[in-house]
Amino acid sequence: MASISQKTIHQYLRHNKKFPHVWCSGCSNGIVLGSIIRAVAELEIPKDDIMMVSGIGCSSRISVYADFNSLHTLHGRPIAFATGIKMYKPRMKVIVVTGDGDATAIGGNHFIHAARRNIDLTVIVINNHIYGMTGGQFSPTTPTNDFASTCPHGNIDPVFDVCQLAIGAGATHVARSTAFHSLEVQNMTKEAIEHPGCSVVEVISACPVIYGRMNKKGNASKMMENMRDNSISLKAVEKLPEEKTKGKIVRGVLKKDTNIPEYTDSYAKLVERLKRGNDE
Amino acid sequence: MSAKKKQENQPDKTNSSVLVKEPSEKPKTVLMQGNEAVALAAMEAGLDFYAGYPITPSTEVAEVLADKLPQRGGTIIQMEDEIASICAVVGASLAGAKAMTATSGPGFSLMQEGIGYAKIAETPCVVVNVQRGGPSTGLPTKPSQGDMMQSRWGSHGDSPAIVLYPDSVKEIYELTIRAFNLSEKYRTCVVLLLDEVIGHMREAVSVPDISKYRVVNRLKPTVPPEWYKHYDEDQKYLSPVASYGEGYRFHVTGLSHDKYGFPTNKASEIATMTRRLKKKITQNIRDIIQIESFMMEDAKVAVFAAGIVARSAKSAINAVRKEGFKVGLLRPLTIWPFPDVAVQRMLKNVETVIVPEMNQGQIIHEIERLTKEKNDSDIKRIQRTDGELITPSEIYKKIKEVL
Amino acid sequence: MNKRFNEIRLSGSGGQGLVLAGIVLANAAVIDKKKVTQTQSYGPESRGGASRADVIISNEEIYFPEATRFDTLLALTQEACDKFLFDLKDDGYLIVDNSIVKNIALVSSTVYELPFTEIALEKLGSALPTNILSLAFLVKISGVVSDKALKEAIERTVKKAFVDINIKAMKLGFELAKKTKK
Repeated sequence: MASISQKTIHQYLRHNKKFPHVWCSGCSNGIVLGSIIRAVAELEIPKDDIMMVSGIGCSSRISVYADFNSLHTLHGRPIAFATGIKMYKPRMKVIVVTGDGDATAIGGNHFIHAARRNIDLTVIVINNHIYGMTGGQFSPTTPTNDFASTCPHGNIDPVFDVCQLAIGAGATHVARSTAFHSLEVQNMTKEAIEHPGCSVVEVISACPVIYGRMNKKGNASKMMENMRDNSISLKAVEKLPEEKTKGKIVRGVLKKDTNIPEYTDSYAKLVERLKRGNDE
Repeated sequence: MSAKKKQENQPDKTNSSVLVKEPSEKPKTVLMQGNEAVALAAMEAGLDFYAGYPITPSTEVAEVLADKLPQRGGTIIQMEDEIASICAVVGASLAGAKAMTATSGPGFSLMQEGIGYAKIAETPCVVVNVQRGGPSTGLPTKPSQGDMMQSRWGSHGDSPAIVLYPDSVKEIYELTIRAFNLSEKYRTCVVLLLDEVIGHMREAVSVPDISKYRVVNRLKPTVPPEWYKHYDEDQKYLSPVASYGEGYRFHVTGLSHDKYGFPTNKASEIATMTRRLKKKITQNIRDIIQIESFMMEDAKVAVFAAGIVARSAKSAINAVRKEGFKVGLLRPLTIWPFPDVAVQRMLKNVETVIVPEMNQGQIIHEIERLTKEKNDSDIKRIQRTDGELITPSEIYKKIKEVL
Repeated sequence: MNKRFNEIRLSGSGGQGLVLAGIVLANAAVIDKKKVTQTQSYGPESRGGASRADVIISNEEIYFPEATRFDTLLALTQEACDKFLFDLKDDGYLIVDNSIVKNIALVSSTVYELPFTEIALEKLGSALPTNILSLAFLVKISGVVSDKALKEAIERTVKKAFVDINIKAMKLGFELAKKTKK
């Protein structure tokens, strides 16, 4: 982290136009934004080549703050908009920032089909286990038996595992970390941006004001500590007995496959083949 | 471009056009299907990007483009649903593409939120709706004019709409190009509304007629990025517009926004935005609206009809004229914004207006809205929602009734 | 025949190639420099179910594009024949495949009954070109487009691999028409 100064980060923000931001104090979204910016800065990708697309929800407000090409879309649809942009301008690095409800409930169909196509999008799913912006309704990742404003008697819904969903649908680079491990998020984002194919980075995040209060998770720093204490790296999982890893958030790159054709590349090849055919 | 022309001359596809060659080897007259005309005209208008989801009776648009668009370096993608299709179209358009999707009733319903997005984000795109019988899944292979009002009011919130309504294959070709031009000029989503029958009909189209249309292209901004306003209220509507990835790094949102595109809750900025969305259409009505007057000069009875129903009306009017009666037709090529002035003139000049439409009564409300004065004409209706066309004889009988 | 306005309905069931036959006929009309519209009506089935193609050929503007009073009706199923027969003009031609259509409620010098499907099977080795065989017969009987235009339209419309057999079917259709023309 040391290599990127605060000053560098400021160069990537629309600080004259859009601050103060909308997020509550203690929210993880700013940390994730910092990690994404540092990843882009380290990769030295020009701002003009970054396309940041987001949906609707707290985390999706990220797109307005960073000085990239930015598109704040409809609820659940950022991946569909991003697919249009990437298909038309494959040279752009397209980063989708979305939340758990945005990506896996209303936008679940687009999420799995982007994974199936293996189109080169970097999808950062900031998972705070709740619909924060609308006041705390349960999402497909709210743990069973937890409380939310639309499950005041306890959540009976089973949950989606965002990473397993992405892996099952065919995404070729899938990783998970938490907002506490911001350097890890930064590195995973870097790797994901560089990966030629559909990459998903799930970032477990803290919503102390809504989810935390409804479920007695303590204040923001307590929730950060929980992310530290209740998560475990993939490497450690392999060494430890099962009872020690049960119920913990597994962090790490869960899938990486560079042998699957990338979608815009396949399309370019098709166009090339037709062009050759017509010339002959 | 030359490669494209060659491709259109492939004779071995039942779907594609057959070009009749003159001795000069120049293609002259083509048998063309309506949906095929949408695809070919869109490419003529500079289509770069198509995203769609299969739905009867619109599929031929995607099928022709899936064959031809990649051959000329354009992009086509079959999305997972119609919601994704319109979103991908808007995304590609923001990246600089001329973009289109085609669908029918159920898909058009799913697209409404995205169409509203294109309108508030002032993003040019074309949505083709080949109407079929409804409600719901309804009649996939049969005609209806049930989406007249949906094409105007289908998306939530309040904003104007531009909707074009052709009545022949040749006119589909012309209005498809026009739809792209208007979408670029006024930076909005333009809907091309087809009747199933016309989408699937084949007619002879003369190629020289259609190759001379003007095509409106987006202008690129020349100001330094820090001066650039994506929604500059001082600029004319056909003003330079930046695309993603070309150095301007602007923000676009579906939230109410200021002139830079950033979300706002300020009443004055919101009012500026909504006024701009409305005025760019209402102040240019004369440029947007097209109507056809058919034998209206001395008419005592007028038929007001669009699309395929207008063709039935013409047939009926010809028959009645032969018997010596003064009957005419007013046909909107632009259905929205509604041609108020022309309709008001009609209401003053004729004794009776007959409004046949293949729905339970939609456009008739617009005519009634414009009937204000006592001596305005009587309004009669013909409505049909059984999946069959309103025939010339039905209109003929109605005309004879009121004469 | 040089009628001003010619309404032709090709009717039968899905899979009999009637829409393709309609497109071929419409293309022939374009080649003959006539005005033409071709429409179709079909159900959700690709095979089976009612199917029809209408072609209107004229020297003047065609407004209503569906055939309502037929100058020529081709019926390849009993159902189609029963349904559409009564919209045939008094002097209109009725052409039926009598290997399928057994009952015709009309006696007239303008009715032609031939076992097109059986003939196609026997002479061409396949029932597939029945559509073009019967279309060629129709063209020769009604004179709605020129023979030359029909040939050119087949060559341009039909998939390359099937052009030869369809040209054979066309020639056979012309021959049959010459023999049976009343």
